Amino acid sequence: MTDEVIRAEGLTRVFNKSLVAVDHVNFGVENGEIFGFLGPNGAGKTTTINMLITVLKPTEGTASVLGYDILKQAGEVRNVIGLVPQEYTADEDLTGYENTILCADLYGIPREVSKERALELLELVELTEFKDKKVETYSGGMRRRLELACGLINRPRVLFLDEPTLGLDVQTRAATWNYIKLLKKEFGMTLFMTTHYLEEADVLCNRIAIIDHGKIVVTGSPEELKNNLGGDIVTLSIKEDADVSGLVEKIEHVKEVKKEDDKYLIKAENGELTAPLIIEALRKNGHVVTKLSLTKPTLDEVYLDYTGKSMRDAEESKESFRAHRITLRRARGR
Amino acid sequence: MSESNSNNSRSVFHGLWALTNRELKKWYKEPILLLMIIIQPAIWMGLFGKAMNISAIFTNNPITLPPDLNLPPQLKAQIEQSFSNITSQMMRNTFGTADYFSYMAVGMISFVVFFTTMFSGMSIVWDRRLGFLNKVLSTPVSRGVIIFSKVLSTAVRSIIQASIVLLIAWLLGMQFSPSFNPLSILGVFAAIVLICFGLSSLFLTIAIRSTRQETQMAIMNLLNLPLMFTSNALFATSMMPDWIQVVAKINPITYTTDAMRQLLLYNTDITQLMIDFAYLGVFAAVFTSIGLILSWRYLSK
Repeated sequence: MTDEVIRAEGLTRVFNKSLVAVDHVNFGVENGEIFGFLGPNGAGKTTTINMLITVLKPTEGTASVLGYDILKQAGEVRNVIGLVPQEYTADEDLTGYENTILCADLYGIPREVSKERALELLELVELTEFKDKKVETYSGGMRRRLELACGLINRPRVLFLDEPTLGLDVQTRAATWNYIKLLKKEFGMTLFMTTHYLEEADVLCNRIAIIDHGKIVVTGSPEELKNNLGGDIVTLSIKEDADVSGLVEKIEHVKEVKKEDDKYLIKAENGELTAPLIIEALRKNGHVVTKLSLTKPTLDEVYLDYTGKSMRDAEESKESFRAHRITLRRARGR
Repeated sequence: MSESNSNNSRSVFHGLWALTNRELKKWYKEPILLLMIIIQPAIWMGLFGKAMNISAIFTNNPITLPPDLNLPPQLKAQIEQSFSNITSQMMRNTFGTADYFSYMAVGMISFVVFFTTMFSGMSIVWDRRLGFLNKVLSTPVSRGVIIFSKVLSTAVRSIIQASIVLLIAWLLGMQFSPSFNPLSILGVFAAIVLICFGLSSLFLTIAIRSTRQETQMAIMNLLNLPLMFTSNALFATSMMPDWIQVVAKINPITYTTDAMRQLLLYNTDITQLMIDFAYLGVFAAVFTSIGLILSWRYLSK
């Protein structure tokens, strides 16, 4: 238990006495890991983050960050955490450097320390060249990097990232992931992030919790979750009309066989190794394999499996929709 | 890696200057904003103050006795002179000065200050919507400091804007009282600071949980003209019906404007000046306290 950096116990938040945004959520985040909250918009991710960073009070339950209670020791929590918000919060009229110094001032970091740290962080996120330019001239990716630098100014032990790549194009998103990994390596803190991009959770997180309608549906590493699905899917067709389902099922590592028209959908662990065994077994029994493909499960399938639906974007509060719109507009440089 | 933060040396007020300065920077880096807020009272002074110059009714139309009145010319001149004295006395009794333009120019200073304080409420709504407020709330900055930085920046802005308006008024021919001295200016600034503390705390309190600027705009539109017209900013309260006089008596703008007139235009009535400052002091203390207390409770939802 000592290695747990964040512990949430029955964390609940109800808005307007009826809308349950987060519903008795329990989870633990271990020291040094990247923990991801994955879910569609409106699932309760941002509400959870806002409670953990002491901005929103839980209706019920509580949580601790580095052993400090978010209700009783909010001041201590604020000292040891950093935040990279979903929105671009940097001031447009100020330069990148001025913004970073402003963040430092909010933590009461003495100027002689903050000047040095600001330059160092801006260097890490490769904004040195633009540090004296007004933020209004920055692109979406640059703004996101600036937010990263600001979030790290107080050398936090836990960094919260709320939808760190919202509104960025695919390339910029991948680049941002690299910056996050780099900063994690440099400062070795624990990361708690929310996302509704499956690839993002897959690439960055050590462990993820899938959240839907305010409840955690499942927790585990991306690999575990994918393996829990029952492994890879081998799809094959044979020349003959005979039904070979029974035969295939007996092969080692094969878990399930489904026949769809002239195709067999075979769920198997370690698909790369099992597929040749299947071909071999079929050949021995006089069947000729005409087509074969192997699919690795993605978080998409995991998500579908646990929530019974694909990622949806529809349900969203008015307020967060507005915030999204502003963020997106700024990401696109208006 | 993550060394403990050096919190020991940090005061409760850390971040106050940083946040205040942020507000001010946004303002002086946008000269158009400053220009707009100056142009409006300049237009009012130029058009309204000069065109509706009530004292001109008398001074531009000197009373001439009918020529068929059979009086010695000397007596006639005397009568005409005393009529002119009476009208100027009437102006003095109503407005405290014979020059209406000077009277309303000081009112314009109140006007500018009042408008500046109204926007402090808008800025917190804006910060909330842009996510900046959330960001600040997650840092160890005191909640009171978040509100107070807005109050403080409003006061600084108001003083600068009021000085510019005063300068314009002087260029347009405002007449200062014979007792006017540099200390009077400091007194004017003090009155402005007090009204700013009170009013911007009030508007911030109204906006503290709001997420819509539209609501704020509606509140501002509802309040601005009624509050201006139920004060002595443009007209003497003695000219108003009784019920408006009651409103004017509790309207803090009345006291700010009167304090400034006492200092700039009139032969300062010390007792009245003291009453003005006492009222403004209480007003500022009460609303600033309310604002600070509510910010602790309601800034986080």
